[in-house]
Amino acid sequence: MITAGVDCGAKNTKVVLLKDGEIVAKSIVLSGFDQRAAAEQSFAAALEMAGMSKSDVSNITATGAGMKEAQYAQDTVTEVGADAKGANFLFPSAKTIIDVGAEEGRAIKSDGKGKVIDFAVNEKCAAGAGSFTEAMARALEIRLEEMGPLSLKSQKAVPMNAQCAVFAESEVVTLIHAKTAKEDIARAVHDAIADRISSMVRRVGIEKDVALIGGVARNVGFVKSLEDNLEISFSIPEEPEYVSALGAAIVAAEHAKNK
Amino acid sequence: MAKTKYPTEPLKTWNRAKEIRENYYRDYAQAHEKGGIRWAGGAWSFDAIPAGLGEDVYNITSEPYAASIAFDKKFSLECLEAVERKGYARDLCSYMRNYWGSIILDKYAFGGKFPKPDFIWQDHICCSHAKWYQVVTDLEPDIPHYCIDVAVGPYPYEQLSENKLNYVVGQMHDGIDWMEKVTGRTYNDEFLIKAVNDECRATSVWAEICTLNKTIPAPLDEKSMYSLYVLGTLMKHSQIVADYYEELRDEVKDRVERGIAAVGNEQCRVMTDTQPPWGFLRVFRYLEKFGTVSVGSLYTFGLIGMWEVKEDGMWGPRTTPQQKGIEIKDRDQALRILAEWNLSKPEWQHFYSPDYKSDMMIRIAKEWKLNGVMLHYNRGCEGLTVGIAENRLALQKAGFPVMTFEGNMGDEREFDETRTMARIDAFMETLDMKKIEE
Repeated sequence: MITAGVDCGAKNTKVVLLKDGEIVAKSIVLSGFDQRAAAEQSFAAALEMAGMSKSDVSNITATGAGMKEAQYAQDTVTEVGADAKGANFLFPSAKTIIDVGAEEGRAIKSDGKGKVIDFAVNEKCAAGAGSFTEAMARALEIRLEEMGPLSLKSQKAVPMNAQCAVFAESEVVTLIHAKTAKEDIARAVHDAIADRISSMVRRVGIEKDVALIGGVARNVGFVKSLEDNLEISFSIPEEPEYVSALGAAIVAAEHAKNK
Repeated sequence: MAKTKYPTEPLKTWNRAKEIRENYYRDYAQAHEKGGIRWAGGAWSFDAIPAGLGEDVYNITSEPYAASIAFDKKFSLECLEAVERKGYARDLCSYMRNYWGSIILDKYAFGGKFPKPDFIWQDHICCSHAKWYQVVTDLEPDIPHYCIDVAVGPYPYEQLSENKLNYVVGQMHDGIDWMEKVTGRTYNDEFLIKAVNDECRATSVWAEICTLNKTIPAPLDEKSMYSLYVLGTLMKHSQIVADYYEELRDEVKDRVERGIAAVGNEQCRVMTDTQPPWGFLRVFRYLEKFGTVSVGSLYTFGLIGMWEVKEDGMWGPRTTPQQKGIEIKDRDQALRILAEWNLSKPEWQHFYSPDYKSDMMIRIAKEWKLNGVMLHYNRGCEGLTVGIAENRLALQKAGFPVMTFEGNMGDEREFDETRTMARIDAFMETLDMKKIEE
């Protein structure tokens, strides 16, 4: 049986095709303004990669902020539910799942089988998510990919009171004017996000093992900051940005079996 | 319309509730035209006491009035911005800010200029209550102001000693002398005694109505209950409200007997906590898509309702003095009963410790057979929100799934509707509830 999961995220739209429990294809495109088109493109790209057509897919489940735009999907699952399914598929021992995406950070307590027991999601402010790092990289005039490795060079912790992404940006500008080293500012940004995410994780409670997923898990600087803050190490998949789409594909398979 | 699991029907007494509320705000505004008296104070003030000044005495309670403003998003924003222009901080009680804004703009939410009260009659249970009318008297310095400190709890967790009771009752006696001076009227104890009896009746019957919601399917949903409990916050001492609650109680009993549901597809029962974001009550209608009914909360049950533990160990309506055969004979007895009755109010106890609130919430979750709890981290009310994170932990420890959402009862700028709905989706998913309708 072949199923698909579509994660219509704030920044990227991801698709995972699952065949009998194995990932056979995946794709990622920028969500952009026309999220419906992005959902179509991403699905088409995954099908092409697998050498399949839409009729080969038994069931499709969508998730993510723009899930309604994947109009070809038969059903939906929330991001929290998809995260738990996907993370536990990859790491069955994970009881705590942290997802840091472009616009949202989430902490999830799971039973290890993909069933959500409790969860917390960051509130209105984007200071606890990836878009904040992106904005700060722009302020530092470096590429986003450089933020992580650069911050690992820092030898000095610089406090940043990032309760709000807008205020934090002005703090970064102040630090730049104060001739603070770029690597220290990059670290300060990651420490600030890690503070917010950590407080959310502590709210749901930390139970090992802990999986870190979402695109921001690719940022080695942020991972270091979060590990230092929570004093634990994480299980991180090779492609953390696909885990929600994977979870949605698993849900699609479950739904197909129950039909 | 698709067939539902249970029959539903509108409340027959609904329009009467609307009429009482409309009359209340109109009568207050027009009191002077009839030679009557107007007074203002919180919904928790001892409103039975000014009733002794005569039958032409009308009040406006500040929190429900502010909630009415909050429901009107455009006017609310005008009020909030007016307050901010005056230099008051945005993180103060949002009811208080809406109320102050209405005064600063001199606009009454129900039309015309803000009708100034002749005096202010308040009690102090939270910090904002204390400051609220202090600022009002800064804005309207010619209005006399009297406050009663009620900080002698918690009840019944600590013994309500005679000294503590005397402290509150003594202030009430002084308050009556003060009211006679500021109004020039002679106080009538018969009116007071009647008001105390009516208040005990109204607040006990409201608890009885809430108790009926233990039934599956629930005969009432919380969104509707907001429009009903509010009458008690306007004039819990009045015969009009006591009589109405009895009429409503009879109708709700009838709904229970006939199996009439508030939510036709009830399959999941939750409760909330604290004031809701008043401008976004459609959250409750959204829950119904999952067959989920919010059966109430400590807030809707215990803000006005008076409770006691019955012989079977369950919560039920508090037995009134009249039901115990007590006949109130004089002013002092009336005031002592009124003070003791109000000090037992469930929603007053958590000002002393969140543990008391957790106990009551767990009781509700068990007795009202809940599947989960939705806690509103209400940035607009420090008094009712402080300790709520501890309530969450206690509820979870007791085995109840809890969802939290941030918002503000009276400042819509602090509520993210889309994210809240997404969070509800996720919570419903964790409770294995699927949407029944789109």
